[in-house]
Amino acid sequence: MIPFAWYLLIAAALFCIGLFGVLTRRSAIGILLGLEFMLNAVNINFLAFWRAGTMQAMSGAVFSVIIFAVAAAEVAVGLAIIISVYRSRRTVVVAEISDLKE
Amino acid sequence: MMELDNLVWLIPVFPLIAFAVILLFTTRKRVLSHSIAIGSVVLSWLASMIVVVSAVLTPDFKSNPIHLEIPWFTTGDTPFVIGAQVDALGALGLFFVSWTVLMIFIYSTGYHNFGQPVGDKDQPGLPPQGAAYKEHGKTLLQPSVEPMYGRFFGIASLFAFAMFLLILADNLLTLYIGWEIMGLCSYLLIGFWYAKPSARDAAVKAFITTRLGDVFMLLGLAFLYARTGSLQYSVIFSHETLSSLTSQGTGIFGLNAAALAGLLLFIGVVGKSAQWPLHVWLPDAMEGPTPVSAMIHAATMVSAGVYLAIRIFPLISSGWETGAPLTTAMIVVSSIGAFTALFGSTIALTQRDVKRTLAYSTISQLGYMIAAVGIGAPLIAAFHLLTHAFFKALLFLDSGSVIHGMEHGQMHSGEHGDAQDMFRMGGLARKMPITFFTFFIGALALAGFPLLTAGFWSKDAILTSAYAVPGRIIFWVLVTAAFLTAFYSMRQITLVFLGKPRTDGAAHASESVKSMTIPLIFLAVFAVAIGWIGIPAAFPLIGGHVPDFLAEFLGISAEGEVHSNVPLLASVIVSLGGMLLGWLTYRSQKGTEKDAIAVIRPVYNFVQRGYDFDRLYNVLFVRPAKWVSEVFTAKWVDRVLIDGILHTVASGALALGSLFRKGVDVPVINGGADLTARGIQRSGAGIRHVQTGQVQQYMVMSIFVLVIAAALALVFIV
Repeated sequence: MIPFAWYLLIAAALFCIGLFGVLTRRSAIGILLGLEFMLNAVNINFLAFWRAGTMQAMSGAVFSVIIFAVAAAEVAVGLAIIISVYRSRRTVVVAEISDLKE
Repeated sequence: MMELDNLVWLIPVFPLIAFAVILLFTTRKRVLSHSIAIGSVVLSWLASMIVVVSAVLTPDFKSNPIHLEIPWFTTGDTPFVIGAQVDALGALGLFFVSWTVLMIFIYSTGYHNFGQPVGDKDQPGLPPQGAAYKEHGKTLLQPSVEPMYGRFFGIASLFAFAMFLLILADNLLTLYIGWEIMGLCSYLLIGFWYAKPSARDAAVKAFITTRLGDVFMLLGLAFLYARTGSLQYSVIFSHETLSSLTSQGTGIFGLNAAALAGLLLFIGVVGKSAQWPLHVWLPDAMEGPTPVSAMIHAATMVSAGVYLAIRIFPLISSGWETGAPLTTAMIVVSSIGAFTALFGSTIALTQRDVKRTLAYSTISQLGYMIAAVGIGAPLIAAFHLLTHAFFKALLFLDSGSVIHGMEHGQMHSGEHGDAQDMFRMGGLARKMPITFFTFFIGALALAGFPLLTAGFWSKDAILTSAYAVPGRIIFWVLVTAAFLTAFYSMRQITLVFLGKPRTDGAAHASESVKSMTIPLIFLAVFAVAIGWIGIPAAFPLIGGHVPDFLAEFLGISAEGEVHSNVPLLASVIVSLGGMLLGWLTYRSQKGTEKDAIAVIRPVYNFVQRGYDFDRLYNVLFVRPAKWVSEVFTAKWVDRVLIDGILHTVASGALALGSLFRKGVDVPVINGGADLTARGIQRSGAGIRHVQTGQVQQYMVMSIFVLVIAAALALVFIV
C-alpha cells in the first residue's frame, strides 16, 4: 500500500513541472503541454483524496471526469487556435504575437 | 336722447377707423384712400350736424348739455370711464370743425392733383414736379398727382379724430390727449414733404415750440389735479371748487391757485395758438401742403388753443366780477392777446409770400380772441373763433388755389420763379374768377367789411367789449390792429388779383378744378352768413329786428350792455379806411420787386423778418442748446467725466486682474495643476514598464505575490 503522502507529493511535483513549463516555454504548444500537466496534477489530487476519504461520496471522481472532458475540449480548441495563428503569422512564439499590444 | 348719445361718441370714431384702415391697408390705392377718408368725415359731419341741430332745438340747452360716460375697460373693480360732453361751446366747436374739415378734405383731392398722371421724376417726400406731355411737337408739363396721396388722407383723418376728441372731451385730460395727437399730426403734415430740408426744419420747430407750451400745460393739469383731485369740467368749474381755489394762495407772484393753474394752462394755449412769444413756428408751418395750413394752422388746431382758453376762463378770471378791474391773470392774458394782434398784423403787412401773409394774419386774429378772453368776454371770443375758422380756412384754400393756378401757369409758360410771391402775380381775377370771388369775400370778412361779412360782427363785438374795459389801451391796440388787417387784406387782393399780370406765370394761370372751387363756395357762404347769427340786440338800426341767436344759445346776458357808438364807428372807419388805403397804395404796382410801403428799407426788412425773433431765439436758445449738447454734454460730461470714470474703472479692473494673474493664477493654480499633471505623467512613465503584455511575466509576478502572501499568512495567522 503506497502511503497517501506520496500521491500528494507526486501531484505537487507534476504541478510544479507543469507550472514551470507554462512560465518558461516560448512556444504556445509548450505552454499548452504545461497546462495539461497542471490539470493532471489536480486530477491526481482529487482521486487521492477520494480514495483516502469515504468512497461513497463520488464527487472527487466526478470532478476528475469533468476535468478530463474540459481538458480534451481545451486542447482541441487551443490547438485549433494555435494552428490558425501559425498559418497567418508563421510562428507559435507567444512573445511575437503582440498585435493587440501595439 | 339715447340715439343722440351714441352719435356723440361715434363722431370721433369714424375718422379714427379711417386713419387705421388707410395707413394699414390702402396707402397705395388713391381712390380707396380718399373715399374712406372723405366718407368718414362725411359721417362725422352728419352726426355733428344732427347733434348741433338737436342742441339748438333744445330749449334750455345751456343748462342741460349732453353728457355721457362710456365705460372703456375695467381694472379690478374700478371701471375706466371716458366722458364726452356737448355743451353750447362744444356744439359751436362741432359745427365749425365738421364743416371746415369736410370742405378741406374734399379740396385736398383737387389740391393733390387727383386724376392727373403720375409724374416722371416725382418721388415720395417731395411736392409733385409735373408730368411731361407732348403738344404740337413741344414738350410741356402738366400737374402730376401727389406721390404720397394715401398717406396724406390717413394722417389728416387722425387729425380729424383728435380735433373731434378735443371738442367732445368732458375733462382736461381727454382734451390734452386730443391736443397732443394734433401736435403730432401737425408735425407729420408740416413735414409731409420731408425731403425738403426747409419742411423738415419747420416740422421740428413747430413740434418743439408747441411742446414748450405743452410742458407748462401739463404742469397746470398736474397742479389742478393736485389741488382739486379732478380734471372734470363739471367739477373744476363748479362754484365750490372755484371759490376754494381762489381762496388758496400759492406764493408765486401773489397769484391764487385758480389763477396760477389758469396761467399755466394758458402757456399751453400760447404755444398752440401761436401767440407771442411762442408764435415763431406758425409762419414756418406754411411749408406743409396748403390744405394742412388751412385745416391745422388756421381753422382747427390753432383754434383749439383759443377753445381751451375759453374753457378755462373761469380759472383765469377767478375773483373777478363783471365791471371790476381786470385781475393779474386777466391782464397777462389780454395783454399777450392784444400785443400779438398788433404784432402779427404789422408783420403781415410786409410779407411777400401769399401764405405767410395769411399765417401772420392768423396769429394776429388769434391774438384778438385771446384778448377777448382776457378782458372777460370769452363767448365773444368763441364767436370770433367761429367766424374766423370759416373765413381763414377759406382764405388759405384760396391761396392754395392761387398757388396751383400760378404753378400751372408757370408750367405752361416755362417760367421759373416763386409761385407764392404776391409781387409776381397780378391780374388773376380774370383768370381765376371763382377763386377771386371767394378770396375777395374771405378778405372782406378778415378786414371786417361792415354789415355784410361775418368778420365784422365778431370783431365789432370784441371791440365793444374792449371799449368797456377801463383804460381802453387794449381797445386802441385792437383798433390799430384792425386797421392794419384791413390794409394788408386789400394789399393782398390788389397784388394777387387786380391790375395786370406781372409775370408770364401769372399771365398763363388758370382756374382750379371743381373739387377745389366747390368747397371754396361753401366756405364763402359761411364767411358771410355765419356772422348774422350774432347781431347784438343793441346794434343801431337793425339790432333787435333780427334775433341774436348766438347770445341766446350761448347764454350771454344782453341786459345792461350799452352798445356805444364809438367802437362801432371805429371799426367801420378802420375797416373801410384800411381797405381804401391798401387799394390806393398797390393798385399801380409795377414790377416784381418794389413794395410801396418799404419807405425805410432797414425797418421794412426788420419787420419782414418778423422783428428778428428767429435770430433772437437762435442766439438765446438754439445756439446755447447746441453748445450745451455739443460742448458741455458731449465733450465735458460724456467724453471727460463719464468716459473718464469708465476708463478709471476699466484700468483699475485691468490692474487688479493682472495682479491676480501674476499672484494667484499663474503660480498657485496653474503651477499646482501643472505639478499634478507632471507627477502623474512621471509616475505613469515609471510604472508603464511593468505592463509588458507578456502573460508569462504576469503569471510569474502573481505567483511571486501568492508565495509572499502565503508565507505571510503562515507566519502571522498560523
